[in-house]
Amino acid sequence: MSGEPMLVEILLRMIPEEAIRVGVSVPDWRAAIRACGEAMVEAGIVDMPYIDQMIAAIEELGPYIVIAPGIALAHARPSPAVRRLGLAIIVLDSPVPFGHPENDPVRLIIGLAAPDPHSHVQVLAVMAEMLSEESCRFALFHAATPSDVRRALVKFSQRGSCA
Amino acid sequence: MKILAVCGMGLGSGLLLRMQVEKALQRIGKQADVEVADIGVARAMAQTADLIVTTRELAERLGDVKPRVITISNFVDLEEMIRKLKEALQDL
Repeated sequence: MSGEPMLVEILLRMIPEEAIRVGVSVPDWRAAIRACGEAMVEAGIVDMPYIDQMIAAIEELGPYIVIAPGIALAHARPSPAVRRLGLAIIVLDSPVPFGHPENDPVRLIIGLAAPDPHSHVQVLAVMAEMLSEESCRFALFHAATPSDVRRALVKFSQRGSCA
Repeated sequence: MKILAVCGMGLGSGLLLRMQVEKALQRIGKQADVEVADIGVARAMAQTADLIVTTRELAERLGDVKPRVITISNFVDLEEMIRKLKEALQDL
């Protein structure tokens, strides 16, 4: 054991239980981002204005935030609406299109709030590693409860996979 | 060699692209400086870059730039990045 906080502690601290929602039913991508933002507000990661900032970013820059088949990385720029570094994980009941030519429809939304341009680099790298593992994508896509998501996070931090 | 990873705000997907480019370079056995740029400053930064990595829609927004542009659709698929990077680096 090293003196560094363990990966699993970092992940679980940045993605608290309130920031995880599964089986979320929404009519369109805006409502999906809104649901993600609301979870982030409830978890104390951001204030309400951040939700509209995330939606505005997609309206301005397009659906390029759909970074892989079925997966969107929603975020806005660092702003006073960001209370602390944190992430949300939202699993939709039925996937919705974001208008991405290759990666639609989206089932999993990772919401990111960064207080500055640098402090989120480590946690984003860990999330990217996790999402590149097929077993973890499967575990997240099919999570039935927030505890399933937390279990997948723990498994990945301990073994590098969610199998 | 300088590779520019271009995204919308310079902190989410651009960062993921940079990480993937760095991993892919390691696998290919090549070296390069990899920088992240948001779409607002990308045209200016492209002047000194040898290669640009971005998404298809942001590439359209970028328009004509001097360096070659490769577009990635799956940011967590290292094989896609390796394949496209290898092909682009051959021609440089």
